[in-house]
Amino acid sequence: MHDDHHDNPHAPPTPDHPMTEFERRVDAVQALLIEKGLITADEVRRAVEEMDYRSPALGAKVIARAWVDPAFKSRLLANAKSAILELGIDVGELATIVAVENTEKVHHAVVCTLCSCYPRGLLGYPPDWYKSLNYRSRVVVDPRGVLKEFGLQLPPNVEVRVLDSTADMRYLVIPARPAGTDGMSEEELAGLITRDSMIGVAQARTPAKR
Amino acid sequence: MSARFKAGDRVRVRVGSPPGHLRTPLYIQGKIGSVERLHGDYRNPESLAHGGDGLPKQQLYLVRFAQPHVWPKYPGPPRDQLLIDIYEHWLEPA
Repeated sequence: MHDDHHDNPHAPPTPDHPMTEFERRVDAVQALLIEKGLITADEVRRAVEEMDYRSPALGAKVIARAWVDPAFKSRLLANAKSAILELGIDVGELATIVAVENTEKVHHAVVCTLCSCYPRGLLGYPPDWYKSLNYRSRVVVDPRGVLKEFGLQLPPNVEVRVLDSTADMRYLVIPARPAGTDGMSEEELAGLITRDSMIGVAQARTPAKR
Repeated sequence: MSARFKAGDRVRVRVGSPPGHLRTPLYIQGKIGSVERLHGDYRNPESLAHGGDGLPKQQLYLVRFAQPHVWPKYPGPPRDQLLIDIYEHWLEPA
């Protein structure tokens, strides 16, 4: 180890690979902010920890409730943030979550063509493909073609709606509840709800035959 | 600030690329759509991105566009839609 951060008590631990330009910049800005007393290293660590704790399991819990409780689904569609809070999940202050529902007639898929806006408070970090120029540029132009590459072929009578989240809204797709799930518990249902189905590039899983 | 448009109104997206940070994609500029829903007012990102206070807040709309209008060679069924969040100062009546 021969990096120069060992002399700087404010710098966070550095990664094991050679640092990229952006990492060096973030590192420098963070060290300055800490040095000037604007933030503390512990606050940064806590924010990272908080972000790492978010995962699609949170979103799946919300969707499973919406599947079993129509009144909750209505509240989720009307005001997602307060409905989600009912389950003890705080999605944070930064963005407004908006829920949209996939049905037999309408299919929503979400993209951020400008960058990588994503309901992180509910799904955690976005997958790499979501941030790729390939997905971002193509899904708005040929959504059915892109969805087909994901293994999802939609019949022509289903209206495809691509949501380009260019602003303060973060869209959460409520996938359609699969057939054959009538007797399942909320927890079992949550196991069928995948990250990709909440972005809208896949359907929820169908239950294994018993 | 009260909203200039209501759900169902036909709107055209302004054309322009002023210097700085924009949240209105180039591909939708000049296109005509209809207001799907009103999101409320939010701080203007064009100001926020450059250290400004984002005020006055701007009304934010979800606007829907018919895919074949946006992409004349759209390969799917003509009823497919593209929905985009657009701030009020980028919209004009159509």
